[in-house]
Amino acid sequence: MELIVCLKQILDPEAPPDSYTIDQEANRIFLPPEIAPVISTFDETALEAALRLKDTHGGRITALSMGNKFVSDVIKKALAVGADELILLEDVSFEGGDAWSTAYALAEAIKKIGRYDIIFCGRQAADWDSGLVGAGIAELLGLPSVTLAKKVDITDKTVTVERVAGDGFEIVKVPIPCLITVSNELGELRLVRLKGVRRAEKIQPTVWKPEDIGADPSRIGSRGRLTTLHKLFKPVKETQCEIIEGEDVAEAAVNLTLRLREAKLL
Amino acid sequence: MTEHKGVLIIGEIIEENLAAVTLELLGCGRTLADKLGERLSGLLMGSDTRPHASKAIAYGADKIYIMEDPLLEDYQSDLYLAAVEKMVRRVMPKIVLMGQTPMGRDLAPRLGFRMHAAVLMDCVELDIDTQTGRLLQVRPVYGGNARAVFTSETRPQMATVRSKAMSPLERNSSRKGDIIEIKPEIDPSAMRTKLLEKVKEEVAGIKIEDAAILVTGGRGIGGPEGFEQLEDLAGLLKGAVGATRPVVDSGWCPTSRQIGLTGKVVAPDLYIAVALSGSSQHMAGCSGAKHIVAINSDPQANIFREASFGIVGDWKKALPSFIEKVRELLKE
Ligand SMILES: Cc1cc2nc3c(=O)[nH]c(=O)nc-3n(C[C@H](O)[C@H](O)[C@H](O)COP(=O)(O)OP(=O)(O)OC[C@H]3O[C@@H](n4cnc5c(N)ncnc54)[C@H](O)[C@@H]3O)c2cc1C
Repeated sequence: MELIVCLKQILDPEAPPDSYTIDQEANRIFLPPEIAPVISTFDETALEAALRLKDTHGGRITALSMGNKFVSDVIKKALAVGADELILLEDVSFEGGDAWSTAYALAEAIKKIGRYDIIFCGRQAADWDSGLVGAGIAELLGLPSVTLAKKVDITDKTVTVERVAGDGFEIVKVPIPCLITVSNELGELRLVRLKGVRRAEKIQPTVWKPEDIGADPSRIGSRGRLTTLHKLFKPVKETQCEIIEGEDVAEAAVNLTLRLREAKLL
Repeated sequence: MTEHKGVLIIGEIIEENLAAVTLELLGCGRTLADKLGERLSGLLMGSDTRPHASKAIAYGADKIYIMEDPLLEDYQSDLYLAAVEKMVRRVMPKIVLMGQTPMGRDLAPRLGFRMHAAVLMDCVELDIDTQTGRLLQVRPVYGGNARAVFTSETRPQMATVRSKAMSPLERNSSRKGDIIEIKPEIDPSAMRTKLLEKVKEEVAGIKIEDAAILVTGGRGIGGPEGFEQLEDLAGLLKGAVGATRPVVDSGWCPTSRQIGLTGKVVAPDLYIAVALSGSSQHMAGCSGAKHIVAINSDPQANIFREASFGIVGDWKKALPSFIEKVRELLKE
């Protein structure tokens, strides 16, 4: 089976809220350099979904990522856990895009890869939180898709997906080739083992430039955007927390109930 | 080229009711349509949609299109996509709105790419720029650590809207509007992705999105046993129990209890947050709560920046006396 997993390197989404700073002029967000970037959490889960299929059915996993300034240790984790190949779309002209330019570039790269049964993406990138690119790739390649998968099985040429939905889940069938976006309920990415690190050291990522995938320069990066970002800001919070004290925690708890009653909340 | 005009919302009927988010879409769609001086229409799909269409009119729509077919009873990606695309091409609205629901998350991105029209997902504020007449779309990004204001360069301008971010109008049954039936002309062979079954994970008691009081536990609860105490408290207060993602991922609570960016959005009157840190992604689901109360052993925890009342300490010591005193107060 030929599996492709799309991965994005992002700022650590679980960094403490006050460590984020915003450059208002450039509409960009930053973290201090000591907080290393990560592979977007849901993309890691997508990789886990592919690895589980490979464990049971065999096959090849190609990890594909678009960006600029990749941190080798971060992105090569894909190889260390078991991906067979890593393709990086790395160029300044890919920068500054939105979901439309990103899905276009990834879809062109996937056309160049050529063979695929299932393409996996995370349900949304854990930085911009949109959840558009997966659907975009499917639409651009004319593939059926299932979003928000928490379990993926394949028999013959049909994929059965459990899809997270409201108060439960849906069981959905889709023929291959298809695109599946994966949610955290599927489970965390397996741990990196030393053997895997050694294996990853031996594999060089393939780097593709826009010309390598025959991309139309007007459709990638900031030129390919269909949206304009006007302003990026931190939401202001006005709440002041009243800390309720007591001789000990138990008494503080009693005082809290009294305070809540006074405020007519109980 | 035809001119784009008006606002179209894509409604949802859930368990034989217009979804709460659909009423919210009608409220916000009405405001936008009035600002544009144009009309608000809506689309409902399924079977027996007429009563819901009348209700949607009472909640603000000028016109409701209905598409009836047994195959549209449940959300089916490919069929809904074809039906909604057809509707949008026919109505040619300036703005298309959907809920940020399991349907909206699946359908809106595909529709956007199919129609080569940008979609902004999970918006919490929408407004019309008085100078340009364009839709200003505000959405939380970076897990809620920042907010961004966007416009789309394509038409129609499409957005999904977060639950409980907008308010519905008061129901006004004397409002007049048209109900127009459209033949969906469904081609079952277009169905590549097929919904076979919906599995419900029943949760006893009140649903978290409907509860006026929520008691939510985080990773610091330490295991499923601790949640029994939270259940006791919620029971006393006639509320429900919510959870953070690590709790759900560890299997201490069913997924349907998860609150946050990738879980449910709640807006209770009182939100009691126990042993959870108050991450941005969690707060994305509960920042609409009127009052947040925090119990956490770490005075630096972010939840104290969100709460109006709090105690610093071990929940295991705090909760038993809290529950006991609440029981006493409620008896009075
Ligand atoms: C894209 C994305 C989406 C996400 N979506 C969601 C989402 O929808 N919902 C969600 O909840 N999370 C979500 N997360 C995860 C989120 O970032 C946090 O990791 C998570 O909310 C933390 O959960 P927590 O507060 O329970 O755990 P922690 O952050 O580990 O906090 C535990 C807290 O318990 C306190 N504590 C420990 N022991 C005790 C004790 N004995 N007494 C009192 N206090 C104690 C600690 O001081 C700490 O503050 C998402 C993350 C990403 C990247």
